[in-house]
Amino acid sequence: MAPAQQDRTAWLLLTPMISIMVLVTAFPLLNTLWLAFTDASLTGQGYVWQWIGLENFAYILDDSDFRAAVGRTTYFTVLSVSAEVVLGVLVALLLNQEFKGRTLVRALLILPWALPTIVNAVMWRLIYNPEYGSLNALLTQIGLLDAYRSWLGDPATAMNMVILADIWKNYPLIALIALAALQTVPKDLYEAAIMDGANAWTRFWKITLPGIIGSLSVAMVLRAIEAFKVFDIFYVMTRGGPADSTKTVSFFVYQESFTYLRAGSGAAYALTVTAMSGLMISIYVVMLVRREKRS
Amino acid sequence: MNRFFKGAACGLALLIHQSFPAFAEDVTLNAIFMKQAAYSEDDTKAMAKTFEAANPGLKVNLEFVPYEALHDKIVAAQGAGSSGYDVVLFDVIWPPEFATKGFLQDVTARVPKTDRDKVFDGAWTTVDYDGKIWGMPWILDTKYLFYNQDMLKQAGISAPPKTFEELAEQAKIIKDKGIVKFPIVWSWSQAEALICDYTSMVGGAKGSFTQDGKLSFDTGGSVEAVNYMKKTLDDGVTNPNSREYLEEDVRKVFSAGEAAFAMNWTYMFNMANDPKESKVAGKIGIVPAPGFKGKAEASAINGSMGLGISAGSKHPDEAWKFITFMTSQETQNKYAKLSLPIWKSSYDDPAVTKGQEKLIDAAKVSLGVMFARPMTPSYPELSSILQKNIQQVLLGQASTDDAMTAATKAAGRLR
Amino acid sequence: MRRSLTATILVYVAVALFVASILAPVAWLFIMSISDANDLTTIPLRWIPEQPDFSRYARLFSLEEGSAGLTFLSALRNSVIVAVSATAIALAAGIPAAYSFSRYPGRMPLLYAVIVTYMMPPVVLILPLYKVFSALGLLNNVTSLIIVYCTILLPFVTWLMKSGFDSVPVEIEQAASIDGANLFQILTRITLPVAAASTGAAALFALLLAWDEFFYALLYTSDTRAKTLPVAIADFAAGRATDYGLISAVGLLAALPPVLIGFFLQKSLLSGLSAGSVKG
Repeated sequence: MAPAQQDRTAWLLLTPMISIMVLVTAFPLLNTLWLAFTDASLTGQGYVWQWIGLENFAYILDDSDFRAAVGRTTYFTVLSVSAEVVLGVLVALLLNQEFKGRTLVRALLILPWALPTIVNAVMWRLIYNPEYGSLNALLTQIGLLDAYRSWLGDPATAMNMVILADIWKNYPLIALIALAALQTVPKDLYEAAIMDGANAWTRFWKITLPGIIGSLSVAMVLRAIEAFKVFDIFYVMTRGGPADSTKTVSFFVYQESFTYLRAGSGAAYALTVTAMSGLMISIYVVMLVRREKRS
Repeated sequence: MNRFFKGAACGLALLIHQSFPAFAEDVTLNAIFMKQAAYSEDDTKAMAKTFEAANPGLKVNLEFVPYEALHDKIVAAQGAGSSGYDVVLFDVIWPPEFATKGFLQDVTARVPKTDRDKVFDGAWTTVDYDGKIWGMPWILDTKYLFYNQDMLKQAGISAPPKTFEELAEQAKIIKDKGIVKFPIVWSWSQAEALICDYTSMVGGAKGSFTQDGKLSFDTGGSVEAVNYMKKTLDDGVTNPNSREYLEEDVRKVFSAGEAAFAMNWTYMFNMANDPKESKVAGKIGIVPAPGFKGKAEASAINGSMGLGISAGSKHPDEAWKFITFMTSQETQNKYAKLSLPIWKSSYDDPAVTKGQEKLIDAAKVSLGVMFARPMTPSYPELSSILQKNIQQVLLGQASTDDAMTAATKAAGRLR
Repeated sequence: MRRSLTATILVYVAVALFVASILAPVAWLFIMSISDANDLTTIPLRWIPEQPDFSRYARLFSLEEGSAGLTFLSALRNSVIVAVSATAIALAAGIPAAYSFSRYPGRMPLLYAVIVTYMMPPVVLILPLYKVFSALGLLNNVTSLIIVYCTILLPFVTWLMKSGFDSVPVEIEQAASIDGANLFQILTRITLPVAAASTGAAALFALLLAWDEFFYALLYTSDTRAKTLPVAIADFAAGRATDYGLISAVGLLAALPPVLIGFFLQKSLLSGLSAGSVKG
């Protein structure tokens, strides 16, 4: 095909997607962009607003509560995503071994993933319940814990316990992707490596990991985006408490716009969050591209 | 072509409809309510059915949402114009915000002057703001002190506490005798529930949330309340898990016989007495929440809710008719089992009091001393500030003075 | 490769641990769903209920007016309609777009722009879209949810499918092209069948994402005509009379459809993913 014609075909194929995205998101996005530079607040007659330029963003730079929320969200994202990747790969390696009932065991991976987030959150809240939860009961009955604990009421543990609930639900997805990628790694590579006397550790780093890193990184980026805007699980499990120790950026933006009705600064916070998430992802993508070029 | 005609016909019909309202026989009201135990979904639906039967041509579309979603849904609907809600249920803490933002219609002129005296003053504060009335009170609620009669008897305590100091003392006795590990349970999770307990105590200490016209939380009753909360935790008489509990958790712990005392709303009285839900049914005592020694005999939080007409409603007259029906003494008396009427005279009506005399006795005292949370259009944000700072004290992260000074400072910066 | 006995034992121990870690929380959910409210608040905890009580499941399948069953079953219906339609539309629009990104490079910034919309906190879109849907009379209507979910699903369906197409060799298309097949024929008859498995994977991802969405659904729907499962579950959990057993039962039943689809699709999913569908 001639370049011009190719170009036309390319755009033609993109048309349905672009039209849907533009039709639905263009107005809200422009609306948000405009709001971010105003002091708009929501009233019964619509927005009451005044143009205030960069004032919202200046306020954000100076907002220590928001900085704390960013710190918490980053902690949540880094810890849960990296644990999910490590666990996911380990489980994938395990389920790639030969053993009886493998198909059935593999199918189990779908279970946590299919449980709606809302249910997952309620389920873990009940498990962590300080008085009647099964976690306290289990840990004391097997002797790991002396007395019942308040898992979600203690700022020292609340965030980590939510992370644990998130990992349980989401690592099977990574495991599934890693498991699938493992099928593409040619078997003869391993045989050759064994002949050369490479041990299991070397084989993993030299053959297995390079074989699955491509698939893993897409999954990781998707999970990281999702984790950074995490909302539902905190909405159900802690609502930001205790003493703000689990208040994440999405919760922050939600409160600003919906609870305090400050549409203007809410929009500014939202844009800031998006920019941060974008920055984080692009740094990662750049690192990935560099790595690929090197190898 | 066909579609164009259809569209044109629709437009025309709409035009006719709007310019000749006389032809519009049926009016459908959209109303938003909340899911709860008192005035349950079934009860509310039954009330609406009765209303519809009595008012041919009027239909009511009911929507039920969890309390947590009520504020957000009302807010989201504000941009929606005529397809929004006509009647909204609002919490006592929202009228300042809703009134200043123009979410609600001023109904001062609609409320009969004669009703002013027949309804509890505390109920009126639910819908009053800025000298105007923004709706009718519907759910009249406050927190009571519940106690387990058996446990008190076992500890040799003859009468339930009259002051917060006594409460702590009695709890200590019960704890020392090994009757129950943590005698008192509260809902002190980072949520509005915490502010309700705190406000009740501030009221019981005859404190105030303002000083020289400014919001202030770092002196007097406010500090006394927070210090008391912290002390009961330190002394081990308050269940430490209270710091992650909401009202439902309190009910579960109390109903399981794991606590001697609990602060909770009206609804717990009949549920804790239900053997299917509770292991302590029949042993429930209820008294007004106490006050602080030498300051007050009893304390109470105004936790009521009202029904108002949304600013965008095209049918305010019909909406008011519905609200009047829902809040009428007749309707309220009929469903008084879990939620007590706003009408004073109902409390002497045997049909209302039967089977819940203990609750009514407590209510007569509590409803008279209901204390309101700070009245400000930025209440939601103020509440977040208080929740965070009080929790920091309860968790031992900050001293009462530091935290409450910080809260006062933050409140002064409210935009 | 042959394993030593120790290695085999280790594998079985590890598998057992894995199975236990996945099943234990779900099993607890099931136990709660058949336990009496009083049993669950006994200390020390009674792990197995004295008298299993399946009445909650019965309640969820009753069709009486105003019953929990009616709420649950209509939410199930709405969820299926919304998830399936949104997935279908996202695939229909995402596949050609992914193909374009894969075969005619040079428009990658556009793909990134689409992914950025995925990074926005949902609060950004919720209020403006509420107004739009209200003006169109689409509130409390599954259509509005389908439209919104499309924009959530499209970015990553496109991304996943692009990497899927990247792994299909261009040569097989060229052969068909010489035989005179047009683009549509090539895409539907050659490329897609080769990438069928990755399509299945993308579809399952999309389906679960739509199945799971809560916040938009909470604000845009108001009764059984449009409420989806997550909202219905949140409703069951609300009100000051929380029946943990009922929530557990609803939760388990809500997970059932995707689990069944997942089991069903598992083979194609694995091979689909392994066909390189999610390579970066």
